[in-house]
Amino acid sequence: MAQSTSEVGVMAEAIIDPLLANVGQLQTRSERFRSHWQQLFKKPSFVIGFVIVAFWVIDAIFATTIAPQDPQSQHAFITLQGPSGAHWFGTDWLGRDVFSRVLAGCTSILKVAPLATLLGIAGGTVVGLITGYFGGKIDSIIMRVVDAFLAFPLIIIAVLVLSLIGTSEFTVVLLIGIIFTPVISRTIRSVVLVEREKEYVASAKLRGERSLYIMFAEILPNITSTIIVEATIRVGYAIFTAATLSFLTLGAQPPSPDWGLTITQGRLYIQMAPWVVLFPALALATLVVGINLIVEAIQKELNA
Amino acid sequence: MSSDVTLQVNDLSVSYVSQGRKLPVLRDVSFEINRGEAYGLVGESGCGKSTVAMAVMAYLANNALTESGTILLKGEDVITATPEQLREWRGTRVAMVYQDPGSSLNPTMLVGRQVAEVFHFHGGDSWDDAMAKTVEMFEKVRFSDPARIMERYPYELSGGQQQRVMIAMALAANPALLVMDEPTTGLDATVEADIIELVIQLRKEMGTSTLFISHNLGIVSRLCDRVGVLYAGRLVEEGITSEVMSDPHHPYTIGLLNSVPKWGETKEDSRLEPIPGDLPPLGYVLTGCSFAPRCAIASPECETSPPPLQACAGSSIKSACLKRDGLKEEFARAGGTKTAVQITKRVAREATPVIVVDHIAKRFKGKNGEITVLSDVSLTIKAGEILGLVGESGSGKTTLARTIAGLYKPDAGSITSGGEAHRSQDSQSHFLQMVFQNPDTALNPKFSVSRILGRAIKQLAAPMSASDRTKRILELAKSVKLQGYHLELRPSALSGGLKQRVAIGRAFAGVPQVVILDEPASALDVSVQATILNLLVDLQGDSDLAYLFISHDLAVVNYLADRIAVMYLGEIVEIGPARSVVAPPHHPYTEVLLSANSAANSVKGERIRLKGQMPSLANPPSGCRFHTRCPRSLGERCSTVAPEFQTTADGHAYRCHIAPEELARLQQTKPDTSDATFE
Repeated sequence: MAQSTSEVGVMAEAIIDPLLANVGQLQTRSERFRSHWQQLFKKPSFVIGFVIVAFWVIDAIFATTIAPQDPQSQHAFITLQGPSGAHWFGTDWLGRDVFSRVLAGCTSILKVAPLATLLGIAGGTVVGLITGYFGGKIDSIIMRVVDAFLAFPLIIIAVLVLSLIGTSEFTVVLLIGIIFTPVISRTIRSVVLVEREKEYVASAKLRGERSLYIMFAEILPNITSTIIVEATIRVGYAIFTAATLSFLTLGAQPPSPDWGLTITQGRLYIQMAPWVVLFPALALATLVVGINLIVEAIQKELNA
Repeated sequence: MSSDVTLQVNDLSVSYVSQGRKLPVLRDVSFEINRGEAYGLVGESGCGKSTVAMAVMAYLANNALTESGTILLKGEDVITATPEQLREWRGTRVAMVYQDPGSSLNPTMLVGRQVAEVFHFHGGDSWDDAMAKTVEMFEKVRFSDPARIMERYPYELSGGQQQRVMIAMALAANPALLVMDEPTTGLDATVEADIIELVIQLRKEMGTSTLFISHNLGIVSRLCDRVGVLYAGRLVEEGITSEVMSDPHHPYTIGLLNSVPKWGETKEDSRLEPIPGDLPPLGYVLTGCSFAPRCAIASPECETSPPPLQACAGSSIKSACLKRDGLKEEFARAGGTKTAVQITKRVAREATPVIVVDHIAKRFKGKNGEITVLSDVSLTIKAGEILGLVGESGSGKTTLARTIAGLYKPDAGSITSGGEAHRSQDSQSHFLQMVFQNPDTALNPKFSVSRILGRAIKQLAAPMSASDRTKRILELAKSVKLQGYHLELRPSALSGGLKQRVAIGRAFAGVPQVVILDEPASALDVSVQATILNLLVDLQGDSDLAYLFISHDLAVVNYLADRIAVMYLGEIVEIGPARSVVAPPHHPYTEVLLSANSAANSVKGERIRLKGQMPSLANPPSGCRFHTRCPRSLGERCSTVAPEFQTTADGHAYRCHIAPEELARLQQTKPDTSDATFE
């Protein structure tokens, strides 16, 4: 037999699957949502990711009250001191408490990254729906523009634009959002291409529905799982991009405790006082890892 | 136990475990297959047929739990066998042919080598010997040029060829038992008939015991010595095939047989008799007979405990019905299975054409240039009629339907609807609607039934207030026999038949004058198919509504259609009143299709074999497009000159060089095609 047992196992499961779907049939939308949520919390990786991200989100909201010391207060006599009971993560070159600065440093990134992602998702979804649904010339033209756009290293574009128009949280959000739009539009386009061939779309055309209705009322609800997964993936990237821009001093500006900015400033002292760079870097890593754990779990749950 | 029994299944019970729940699929299934015997297992989807096959192969899914029973293969139990034993047995004791040959073959290996592996690894032959034996095996499955097929990859073969490679592979190690799970379900009628014939011949030559699983009673009756009927995980009837088919002893079997139109029966003669209700969902345990809720003659004692399979008086049949010996009397008392014939005979009238398709062509851009999918197609759909459109896959029938509907624009020719050349999609929508083949994708999965129907009413019916629309939704749901609670459900919560009713309801939201039905029932089980066909007949009633009914099943089209059009390779080869199309003289292709249809051919005897493969649309044959495969080919003339339509005395037209009188004379006897081998 050419058939391996695992293949057959899959086949057998495929045979029973539609029937299993029947069993939990009378679910309402909120029940479905709740059951997804419950399934997610059964996965250890999701719970870990959720706890990490929740920690940083709460921290971002209450940063000033949580931080044991004022992240901006300078102490000329205790610069670059190692971790101790008074300063858990040590102090930096101005004698500021690194622990307090790490806790305060996620505020801007957790504002910028989700907003930029939302913008990119909105733009990418609209572009993806239009190109995927209409196809033909519209698709070819927009997609060639996207290709051309993607041929540039994104960070170079960002550096150019931000040095020209100047940086602020608003411009960073806008820029990352615009940079993400073509990338996201490709993913959305690929699923729209599948959906538009389905007969419910043909049936809508036969009813004389307008293209806008078909795209946004008929197709959009059927690609939400792709959009959710794409959004969670992009949040991770957005955090990275925002941190990189700060690192290049094109994001948050001193004296902000922003992690990326702190890392680039602390580089000078890395030989004498590695903790100045190490702890913000670790914090950034935990946030990205936390988000990736959530992404993976959501991806599995929605595709299952 | 006797050595004459190849497979003995005793009290097999299997459940699937899902989300901590145990869902029973098979309950106390027992049957045996003797040496050289072909045993058919029939039933509708979801009744557990494939689980039986998987259990016999010891290939059950990981979440399957074998709760009790034994499966003795030549006296040894596969359930308790070690992995080493199983590896040895698969191939030599038992081999399987699956429904989808395309995904069962390794796409990266030449098929010759794939089959040779069986000889090499199971038989211990050297590669050279194994290859030589493979050539022999390919000859056995009637490949005309085995050496050439050996050097092909699976994607280079047609579905029928792939399935023959699978059969060669399964039989290579000469297994005691061959398990075939719906081996012809995805194939065209003529190819299906070829495969069935091949299996019959191979069984004569090799004497392999066969477990044949199918939903198609016609095929099982041609192939199998004995048959078992499975319903909701239980064997409800078993016996010698011919006896079960002619004198069934279980209400479910009777229902199955009555659901399919008998050959020659038309909608004017009688209604189809679907089985009411649905299969109980998986895991739903009934205390009594699982068929009782759908049974016309069920009585309280049917609901106390599951009736055992017991012998019936005066016949070989065993039936799990308490009333097995007096079924006919019971049905007579219950008012019969026959519902009173309530067909309104149509009044003949001057029918006005509602759709005129005039010499249209449709081309698609492919990888290697343009492919002409429709060439020079003309037809007329008249008010109040059902025009049946028949053809095999690749004949262009769906493209034609979508072009008429306005989803594709024709590249040449014109389509006139309702007397005016269309097409503004807005005015067209009110005039013409379509029901698609696959109800799973035809309904937006995120919309509730009431939203689907409501939107269609908003778009297609006259403007009305919100409360009127709610009323109209209920009315529409009722007209397609949906229950009120269905309205709040999404399509995924509905069975295939219910989904298709929603799709039909949607098409009738306005007052369409033409409805195109693209294989509306072929994805459904036969009992459900009957419901849908009856519904369509009822909805048309005595109105001026016209249907274009597309199907690959000639028996269904012959039951339903007033006129029939036959398509082959992008052309209409024959069109005319149903009765005269199915009777000689008719186009040789129609003749072949009829002989491949198990319902039509059981009356007529020997089958006509079609030579070769369906030619590619990218490179259609010169002259008559059918000449490469035609059993009546005249030679030279057919291969050079494209034939014109000829009209017969009974008013139908066909595209062939042979004159009606001559064709009628020829078609009194079947052409001798016994020498035809496969490509």
